[in-house]
Amino acid sequence: MKDINRRDFLKIAGAATATATLVACGNKAGNELGDLDPAGHHTGPIPTDKMTYRTNPNTGDKVSILGYGMMRLPNKPVAPTNDPSAPTPEEIDQEQVNKLVKFALDHGVNYFDTSPAYCQGHSEESTGIALKASGYDRSKFHIATKLSNFAPQQQTYEEGVKMFQNSLKFLQTDYIDYLLLHAVGGGGIENLNRRFIDNGVLDYLLEQREKGAIRNLGFSFHGDVEVFDHLLANHDKYHWDFVQIQMNYVDWKLANETNPSNVDGEYLYGELEKRGIPAVIMEPLLGGRLSKMPDHIVATLKQQRPEDSVASWAFRYVGTKPNVLTALSGMTYMEHLEDNLRTYSPLEPLSEEEQEWLENEIANLYVSYPTIPCNDCKYCMPCPYGLDIPAIFVHYNKCVNKGNVPENQQAENYREARRAFLVGYDRAVPKLRQASHCISCGKCVPHCPQNIRIPMELHRIDDFVEKLKQGTL
Amino acid sequence: MAHLEKNHFFFVVFRKIITTFVAQTFITRNSEVIPMLKLIRRILAVIFWLGITLLFLDFTGTMQPILGWMAKLQFLPSVLALNGISIAIVLVLTLVLGRIYCSVVCPLGVLQDFFAWIGNLRIFRKNKKAKFANRYSYSKEKRGLRLTVLVLFFIMLVAGFNAGMVLLAPYSSYGRIVSSFIQPLYIGINNLLAQWSEASDNYLFYQVEQHDKPLILWVIAGATALILFVLAFLHGRTYCNTICPVGTVLGYLAKFSRLKMQVDEDKCIQCGLCEKNCKAACIKVEKGQPVLFDYTRCVTCGNCETVCSKGALRLSPVRKQSNQNNQSNQNTSNNPTTPKEGDLSRRSFLAITGTAIAAATLEAQEKTTDGGLAVIEDKKIPQRKTPLTPPGSLSAANLQQHCTACQLCIANCPNGVLRPSTDMAHLLQPAMEYDKGFCRPECTRCADVCPAGAIRPITVEEKTAIQIGHAVWIKENCLPASQGQKCGSCAAHCPAEAIQMVPIDKSIKQNPDDGEWYDGDGNKLDWRAVNDLLRIPVVDTEKCIGCGKCEYLCPARPFSAIYVEGHETHREI
Repeated sequence: MKDINRRDFLKIAGAATATATLVACGNKAGNELGDLDPAGHHTGPIPTDKMTYRTNPNTGDKVSILGYGMMRLPNKPVAPTNDPSAPTPEEIDQEQVNKLVKFALDHGVNYFDTSPAYCQGHSEESTGIALKASGYDRSKFHIATKLSNFAPQQQTYEEGVKMFQNSLKFLQTDYIDYLLLHAVGGGGIENLNRRFIDNGVLDYLLEQREKGAIRNLGFSFHGDVEVFDHLLANHDKYHWDFVQIQMNYVDWKLANETNPSNVDGEYLYGELEKRGIPAVIMEPLLGGRLSKMPDHIVATLKQQRPEDSVASWAFRYVGTKPNVLTALSGMTYMEHLEDNLRTYSPLEPLSEEEQEWLENEIANLYVSYPTIPCNDCKYCMPCPYGLDIPAIFVHYNKCVNKGNVPENQQAENYREARRAFLVGYDRAVPKLRQASHCISCGKCVPHCPQNIRIPMELHRIDDFVEKLKQGTL
Repeated sequence: MAHLEKNHFFFVVFRKIITTFVAQTFITRNSEVIPMLKLIRRILAVIFWLGITLLFLDFTGTMQPILGWMAKLQFLPSVLALNGISIAIVLVLTLVLGRIYCSVVCPLGVLQDFFAWIGNLRIFRKNKKAKFANRYSYSKEKRGLRLTVLVLFFIMLVAGFNAGMVLLAPYSSYGRIVSSFIQPLYIGINNLLAQWSEASDNYLFYQVEQHDKPLILWVIAGATALILFVLAFLHGRTYCNTICPVGTVLGYLAKFSRLKMQVDEDKCIQCGLCEKNCKAACIKVEKGQPVLFDYTRCVTCGNCETVCSKGALRLSPVRKQSNQNNQSNQNTSNNPTTPKEGDLSRRSFLAITGTAIAAATLEAQEKTTDGGLAVIEDKKIPQRKTPLTPPGSLSAANLQQHCTACQLCIANCPNGVLRPSTDMAHLLQPAMEYDKGFCRPECTRCADVCPAGAIRPITVEEKTAIQIGHAVWIKENCLPASQGQKCGSCAAHCPAEAIQMVPIDKSIKQNPDDGEWYDGDGNKLDWRAVNDLLRIPVVDTEKCIGCGKCEYLCPARPFSAIYVEGHETHREI
């Protein structure tokens, strides 16, 4: 976490202008007015037959470059209970999920990624219902789910088998196309052994692959690179069919900057490509943060392609890498889905210069803003003490990006920024769920795939809030 | 004030100002005199009424610097606060103009005028064609009742029987009506605007929590409003002229006022219009007799002047011969004698732990799925041996003696800490509780607004050194002690740094020389072991100021594992 001061900020602003000019010069051909949107690419109907596909070298599967992540499914409020202290209960808006899934399938998306842990445990069931309701034959789409045995009581052979069998049941299928050991890396090799090796769960999964109940076996990786290397070193033994990694243009070279324990995408991707293991990409948008960028970056990107979304750059970036099988996006709203479909129907690969521009200038510019690398994945939730951790971080990041985190009272916009931060804070997070209530129990820390030191960040934000309230900033 | 020499410099200057003012209470057009007293009185009354009402409604603290003086001018609170300037202004005003205070400054008086105005509307009149309502008539002064109430009021004030005292305080009655019935509406509208504001992504309005009010407040405020409405609707200023202790005091003072409403007998035709339209029922018109005024009840409203078709009534300097009681040495300064100590020991000293023991049921469970929010149980209020009173109130006794329960501090508390007490000894006076928030260090709102000297003005700096209570630890509720869960929330948040976390294991000691920790056998603990030590909070009661941040943020629910016990007398630390 870097603190940004005013001088740095001015430097950033200056750099943004400089790079914009630079790229505009080097990239002239694409920006002639006549070239803009010749075929109504941005406004017309989304093509249903233009999706870019990648081939799985092991199975020959044609996989759409856009994969549907089922972690951020839309919710709707249900009838409130009589207990006013309880949070307004919400449940998955199944009708909307059905609509989104059908729309995605109609436009060529054929990879759906879920987990027994997502959406308070309801994602698999909802995904199963939506796929069934779409009317598409089981052979027309690929289902990816995970073995998400994070809690100690889930880490036995029996519980592992039960979890896999439940996945089949909830997803209304008798085979899983892509099965992953969920989020290995956190807790080191010790934790990997505890979850999958010592209890024989991995053997069971290998067995299921033999039997055809699992078509492709892989793992998703967050955290300790030692585990990644260890698993790849045993590639001959396990024969990984694919690996899911976090990759985006910021994490390519600067993963350390967004988070001290993250591993550069360049390394992870390189290791997989070297071995011919297809890469499934998660967090191509850094949990949406690469679409909600600071104003300077939005302007810089938009200047290049005024009609393309900010997010489209990130999707085109990961799609351009040839060893990427699919890029997952947790599309909560139809607008997200439509935008991504346009980006990938078909994919217009980035040029070498554009890739470098994103990896270097834009990424550097981005990490110079002191946002917290929270992707709002909610793995940390529920906090046993009732905090809404992701909502606190999302609010803080929003204020950073909007320039509403004043450094001190001399800041030019101090009064407006203070009001925006404090009023917005109460709106985004109920008082009882705000950072001041964190007791540093640390229960959330091992769950964070971004390895954010959550209690520390919460206390930092609370200190900031206190200073704003007391006028002692 | 009555004993002031007539040529006293101050008096001369003031008379000059006031006579100038009165000289302009009528204007002359085409040699016809048009009375202006009523109009001026009404404009000023509306300004004061709106100002004070807004002071009660505003939750942002922006009105206090602009309008705070209006509350400070209120007579009973300023007497209780020994606010010399305010008392002097009101007394001099009364000695010059009569009870204009009751017509302009007192919001309850203006409210009654409003009710009476409704009663005077044409639809409620018997004779719909008449130019004026003509619905009042002279009544004899209920002197016995007035003086009895006044004496009773003083006795209650001195004896510390607050429940009775606060019920009779006129300005406070108005405050209770506004904060019970109007403020919830005001906040409701604000919250609707806040919804719009949020929807359109601006920060103009923000949500404000509606705090529960005790039933007794609703009952008292509702009954007051209803009784006043009926009385004022039917008979005008009955309350002010029979019950109100401030009205009685100012009334007898007004007998000696320099300017009085007087009749020019040469012009008067004894039509009786003035009597029929006097809401104070203080004008007596009898055939063949001079028109009589009861100046103890006249509130200088100017209504009689306006209805008189002959221009016979005028607010004018008293003629010598009617000034018989000038030498009366009536002592009107009603400084409260020191009331005896409030009987605070009456309260039963119930064992705190008895109620607080209901152990924290909060247990961190291993999560298996992602997302969702844990249910948060509401905090329950611990039973404090000594109730907490806000910084600036000096002591529980001081608050109890001075507070007229007007609810202004409660309406202005932005932290949800102050609320009306339901305890008879402190009926509707502010009580502090920390279940909804704590007494924030940067806030001196209650001290700023209090007109009665119950909460004296303090600065933010002074507040950090005022000890209103001290924190008490309850082992049974504390997460480290009862569940082995590491915590430290109270210590981390304490603004006075009065709380430290010490190892629960008594054998583990810190060496003051090297700062390292050693176990019972003298082995040094490595940093990881030190980090893993289960610690409990200890309170340095000398440093603790009783702000309640620890109690509010303690994760133990419904009863906090640390709570603040009040001090009867505040101290500076």
